[in-house]
Amino acid sequence: MNAPMTAGYNFAYLDEQTKRMIRRAILKAIAIPGYQVPFASREMPMPYGWGTGGVQVTAAVIGEHDVLKVIDQGSDDTTNAVSIRKFFARTAGVATTTSTADATVIQTRHRIPEAPLTEDQILVYQVPIPEPLRFLEPRETETRTMHALEEYGLMHVKLYEDIARHGHIATTYAYPVKVNGRYLMDASPTPKFDNPKMHLSPALQLFGAGREKRIYALPPYTQVVSLDFEDHPFEVNRFDKPCALCAAHGVYLDEVVLDDRGGRMFVCSDTDFCETRRAEGHRGEMLADTPADGGAA
Amino acid sequence: MSAGHDRPLLQVEGLGKSYGARVGCVDVSFDLYPGEVLAVVGESGSGKSTLLSVLSTQLAPSAGAVRYRMRDGVLRDMFALAEAERRFLMRTDWGFVHQDPRQGLRMGVSAGANVGERLMAVGERHYGRIRDTAADWLGRVEIDADRIDDQPRAFSGGMRQRLQIARNLVTHPRLVFMDEPTGGLDVSVQARLLDLLRGLVADLGLAVIIVTHDLAVARLLSHRIMVMRQGRVIETGLTDQVLDDPREPYTQLLVSSVLQV
Ligand SMILES: Nc1ncnc2c1ncn2[C@@H]1O[C@H](COP(=O)(O)OP(=O)(O)OP(=O)(O)O)[C@@H](O)[C@H]1O
Ligand SMILES: [Mg+2]
Ligand SMILES: [Zn+2]
Repeated sequence: MNAPMTAGYNFAYLDEQTKRMIRRAILKAIAIPGYQVPFASREMPMPYGWGTGGVQVTAAVIGEHDVLKVIDQGSDDTTNAVSIRKFFARTAGVATTTSTADATVIQTRHRIPEAPLTEDQILVYQVPIPEPLRFLEPRETETRTMHALEEYGLMHVKLYEDIARHGHIATTYAYPVKVNGRYLMDASPTPKFDNPKMHLSPALQLFGAGREKRIYALPPYTQVVSLDFEDHPFEVNRFDKPCALCAAHGVYLDEVVLDDRGGRMFVCSDTDFCETRRAEGHRGEMLADTPADGGAA
Repeated sequence: MSAGHDRPLLQVEGLGKSYGARVGCVDVSFDLYPGEVLAVVGESGSGKSTLLSVLSTQLAPSAGAVRYRMRDGVLRDMFALAEAERRFLMRTDWGFVHQDPRQGLRMGVSAGANVGERLMAVGERHYGRIRDTAADWLGRVEIDADRIDDQPRAFSGGMRQRLQIARNLVTHPRLVFMDEPTGGLDVSVQARLLDLLRGLVADLGLAVIIVTHDLAVARLLSHRIMVMRQGRVIETGLTDQVLDDPREPYTQLLVSSVLQV
């Protein structure tokens, strides 16, 4: 045990019976990659928008020797990430970390860490809307039939609309994917930039939607293909410049406003990745004149 | 005539549908041949829509059978098809034109996507080709190409109905069901739609089962007519013969009330 547990709760807050029920849903989800498994979502001591689905999945899979990392938009120190981390430190007494490499369980709201994941890690996503077809077909009975019969033409209708309206596929978040050549899945709500990281990932990926009471999963090394058209192929977001702090290329960048005169810079959204690179001595244009052995923000 | 044309496309036998104690339709039998247009007429509540819903497999029958000749030439019992097969048939080889276009269109997506949906459903994955085909079909139903990105919400009633027709015909179905396709439209708009339908049906060699209470529509579009009353078919025959020389008193009444209009 690494942190003092608050008395009066079962390990990781949920009672054992509830955890077993969630684990059964997770096992089923792993057995049918991309399929949305209903589960009896419990009330959690936090509002729905805060990732109660992810929290329940994490509670069901975490063990006392696990090391937990929680990110929100790639950052470990937003209110949401901090409070979920504290929640598990208090209710499960597990060690927490901000380092991707050190974590065994990573709960995320939007991003997949830039550092490659391993077979020893589980990535838990907090999902707001698990059903990718809902945009065009609000009837749940109908979307269930569409999944059962693999009738996914409607998803391309949405992509068609994107191109007709914007000249290109403008969907940048929750970009639809086909899993293992079978189920259509919402890669919700990560940026499409991260879709290729889901493909054949060595880590187990679990998705929990609390309000919608659904769990789905990508077992390690599962095929995840982003939908597209032959003449409008899937493309990840491209950034013109490297990170202004750590000079990383090919990573997802956030825009940061520097002053009220329009000054701005682009920096890694994955704060741990950025800090690790700076500790290794990488310097972006904003830090060009700071010494390599200190001064990292 | 090719060999396929002397074999019925659709065989209906003893078809009935009741809603609990209430009769929807009873003991309906007929054959429909490729390229043939059959009008189903009768007063309100006579069972026309019920019959159409059962024929198009949207309602399960209480009695009887519907057999359809698939593209491979084999007659199949429609209610014995697996759901996947049945749904595939409905969006490829069949069409259904609703009286209310809001039921048959996706009002929240563009005209182009409405027409392209069936193509995407059968696996077309080339945006440019989908768009070209959609533009071509909009032209065939007399909708200006520059409306391709507009939603049907912005269309008039007649345009919506024409869009619904294009959306159904894009996969070159062989059988199209229509329930009062000109109902609720102004007379002049109706006339234009009827002309258009007549041309398309002839060009494409479509078999059509059209429900209408408007005998003028039946006269203009159909080869054969079926008169329904209280759920039963009481008279059937070539459209001109039945309308010019009705045998049943009920049909005579229907025809004369039209003449008075
Ligand atoms: N869903 C239903 N439940 C119960 N009864 C129904 C239902 N639909 C139709 N009926 C009844 O079945 C009979 C036939 O109705 P149907 O709608 O087929 O007639 P219709 O010829 O299409 O009439 P209209 O010209 O008014 O559209 C009527 O008595 C009607 O009340
Ligand atoms: Mg009716
Ligand atoms: Zn960086």
